[in-house]
Amino acid sequence: MDDLRRTVLDYVRREYLEEDDDRELVSTTRLISGGIVDSFSMVSLKRFLERKYDVKIPDADASPEAFDTVDSIAALVERLAPVKA
Amino acid sequence: MRNGETVGPALLELPRTEARPPNIGSWEEARKGFDWSLAERELGWGRGDPVNIGWNLSDRICRRGLAQKPALLWEGADGQERRYTFDDLRVLSNTIASWLGARGVGPGERVCLFLDRVPELYLAFVGILKLGAVVQPLFSAFGDESLATRLLDAGTCCIVTQRKHLPKVRRARATLADLRLVVVVDAGEMKLAEGEVALDLDAEPRVESYDVFPAGPETPSVLHYTSGTTGQPKGAQHVHRSLVAQYLTTKWVLDLKEDDVYWCNADPGWVTGTSYGIIGPWACGVTQVVLDAGFGAERWYSFLEKRRVTVWYSAPTAIRLLMKEGLAPVKRHDLSALRHLASVGEPLNPEAVHWSREAYGLPFHDTFWQTETGCIVVSNYPGMPIKPGSMGKPFPGITAAILDLKTFEPLSGPGHVGMIGLVPGWPSMIRGYWNNPSGYAKKFANGWYLTGDRGTVDADGYFWFVGRDDDVINTGGHLVGPFEVESALLEHPAVAESAAVAKPDPVNMEVVKAFVTLKPGFEASPDLELEIMNFVRKRLSPIAMPQEIAFVPSLPRTRSGKIVRRVLRAQEFGEPLGDVSTLMED
Repeated sequence: MDDLRRTVLDYVRREYLEEDDDRELVSTTRLISGGIVDSFSMVSLKRFLERKYDVKIPDADASPEAFDTVDSIAALVERLAPVKA
Repeated sequence: MRNGETVGPALLELPRTEARPPNIGSWEEARKGFDWSLAERELGWGRGDPVNIGWNLSDRICRRGLAQKPALLWEGADGQERRYTFDDLRVLSNTIASWLGARGVGPGERVCLFLDRVPELYLAFVGILKLGAVVQPLFSAFGDESLATRLLDAGTCCIVTQRKHLPKVRRARATLADLRLVVVVDAGEMKLAEGEVALDLDAEPRVESYDVFPAGPETPSVLHYTSGTTGQPKGAQHVHRSLVAQYLTTKWVLDLKEDDVYWCNADPGWVTGTSYGIIGPWACGVTQVVLDAGFGAERWYSFLEKRRVTVWYSAPTAIRLLMKEGLAPVKRHDLSALRHLASVGEPLNPEAVHWSREAYGLPFHDTFWQTETGCIVVSNYPGMPIKPGSMGKPFPGITAAILDLKTFEPLSGPGHVGMIGLVPGWPSMIRGYWNNPSGYAKKFANGWYLTGDRGTVDADGYFWFVGRDDDVINTGGHLVGPFEVESALLEHPAVAESAAVAKPDPVNMEVVKAFVTLKPGFEASPDLELEIMNFVRKRLSPIAMPQEIAFVPSLPRTRSGKIVRRVLRAQEFGEPLGDVSTLMED
């Protein structure tokens, strides 16, 4: 797993799961449709990505589908900031 | 719709593909000589049948010969499926009622459901009512503060939860003297603390026969918390007679018929999820489907297709998210079973009505009501022409009017903007706010129940929503009280002062925006903004989390020192600031 995916996974685990939540999180885990991150919390996740990777994610790209897995998030960030990511 | 605009777009004439007439017949005919006793008779109350909602949703349906009909078809986020017949609902709710009673939970006590949309939530809701206790459903995404505040106010004696939410419950317990029992429905092998008990419904002996608590029409049933402008959230107290209105509005507005497969998107932590996600459909003996998963267009369409959903009750925010995904995912699925669509939460914009007609061949019918009303009070009805963007017309048996904002006298004639008022007395109106009689009294003036929403009515009798009459923020159909958000903000070590207001949003209608001043030694930064956002999310809920935080040198105040939210809100909406003569100058 690359740094980007690991960083996002760590952030999701730290911010959206309880400390003793033993659910396995991998880069294909459904975050939005799986009920781990709700659509309102997407905004804070988006803000984190923008800060961390110095990108601007247009609202049109910030869909629940695009944020549904760490893989799809990574693809989005890499598309918007291929060099920095 | 803009303020003062009185005549909506042209009527949308609907080709009715449904061979059967709508349950309501025609709205005009239904209003003539209407009496709620019609619903009481259909529920068998005249024959002396129990009034208890729990009995009515399960035993009564079985007695009608529908015992083996599916009541709940459930699917989890991981694809796991569960199926419950009405007889399962009857027996398992008996089992839960008996189990709780054996552990000392008694009639009138408040029992909180703090669960995701798992089957136990639906079964326990019915069981708690059978026991005669009061169900207090709470949104499982609530953070520590939101949970503790509501449990403390209600004096809750028992909370039913699942292991993933147990840490929040444990953190809250220290402040909750009345909380005696924590029930964990999926404890498995986990070690439980004192006062915590596992309930494995599959392993419990099934209770075939149970003496349902003899609730009267005015016996308390459900306690939903709702937010206001000032103070902490208020517990809206419903009674068993609410069933009368919830049953008939489900039948007439959502048009449920016995062969329907019904899906309500709402979480039972909110009133739509209980009035129309539990009580209404099961009172009609209808099969409902539940998807315990977050939003996803592909997932939702697959679910609609797989379950052959016929009636779908959704929300504008969800519809707008589906619109964002476009028509392509719709076309990948066979949604031909759908025959009626309805929406609730915030005003449904005309574009969404037109889009749904293009996407699904059916328009969404907007419905309007509140936690306090307990049932739909203004609506678009099957068979009645829709004016896209309009709330529709009052339900038969509901008298609604536009009231002058100062005198609360009804404004006659179309086009006036005022407070939407209702004549009190319909069966599902709340009977009070828990521990808050003065807050309840403020909901009435001049003989009218005040909705707190401003609206207008056009020449054809259609109601149009204009906006809130207070500072409450309606985000994605959920009301957020600014006071609660401001209090949470002040708990962050960097925040000196705070104000929370609504900000317009294309998907959620409104979102929370916070204005804060910082304590000495702290500097505004994007990292601090994100930290504060997450801080509020964990204390309150994702819904109450500010989606934007503005760091400002000072907040607008009156000369007496009170923060003036309306100025900040007006700035966000691009509206005139109004009278600023009383504001303090910097």
